[in-house]
Amino acid sequence: MFEAAALAVLLAAAMALSRALTGPSIYDRILAVNVMGTKTVTLLALIGFIYERPHFLDIAITYALINFIATIAFLRYRERGDLRI
Amino acid sequence: MTEPGLLRTAAAALLLALGCLAMISASVGILRFPDFYSRIHPAGKSDTLGIAFVLAGLMVWEGFTLVSLKLLIILVFMLIASPTATHALAKAAFLDGLKPWKRGGDGA
Repeated sequence: MFEAAALAVLLAAAMALSRALTGPSIYDRILAVNVMGTKTVTLLALIGFIYERPHFLDIAITYALINFIATIAFLRYRERGDLRI
Repeated sequence: MTEPGLLRTAAAALLLALGCLAMISASVGILRFPDFYSRIHPAGKSDTLGIAFVLAGLMVWEGFTLVSLKLLIILVFMLIASPTATHALAKAAFLDGLKPWKRGGDGA
């Protein structure tokens, strides 16, 4: 059951990756990277359930936080040219 | 909690299926929509819905344990963070001068 869900999420991630490669504007690429990050969080949770390892969920929480911060950092760097506070 | 019985497994399978359906429709939407601003809608909304359903399915399958609490933490954070990220993305794109696509105009 979880393997099928993981395969579907992998397919969705591949589609988002193709949008990242072909995206005309830079913002399409940032959007696709953000969507890939969400898919990775889902994959981590599913793999944690497939192999009966609950520690994967801690990694998924961390990855969700980092993915959000990365998107905001991309936008700030794009808007302001540097990341100084 | 006990090993999930037939009812909980079926409910978890249904939620997982709905979540994967929402996620694949989000990716198809991201691929096929004509313009950046129209692509934000599937990425922000049905992507979040997809992960919400998948995590809800895992929580139903897991029952009341610490693992479910971690899943809930991810779920609540993603429900807050994903729309915020896409909003910031749209704002930055608009301020940067990316014009929305109009039917019949030049393809964006």
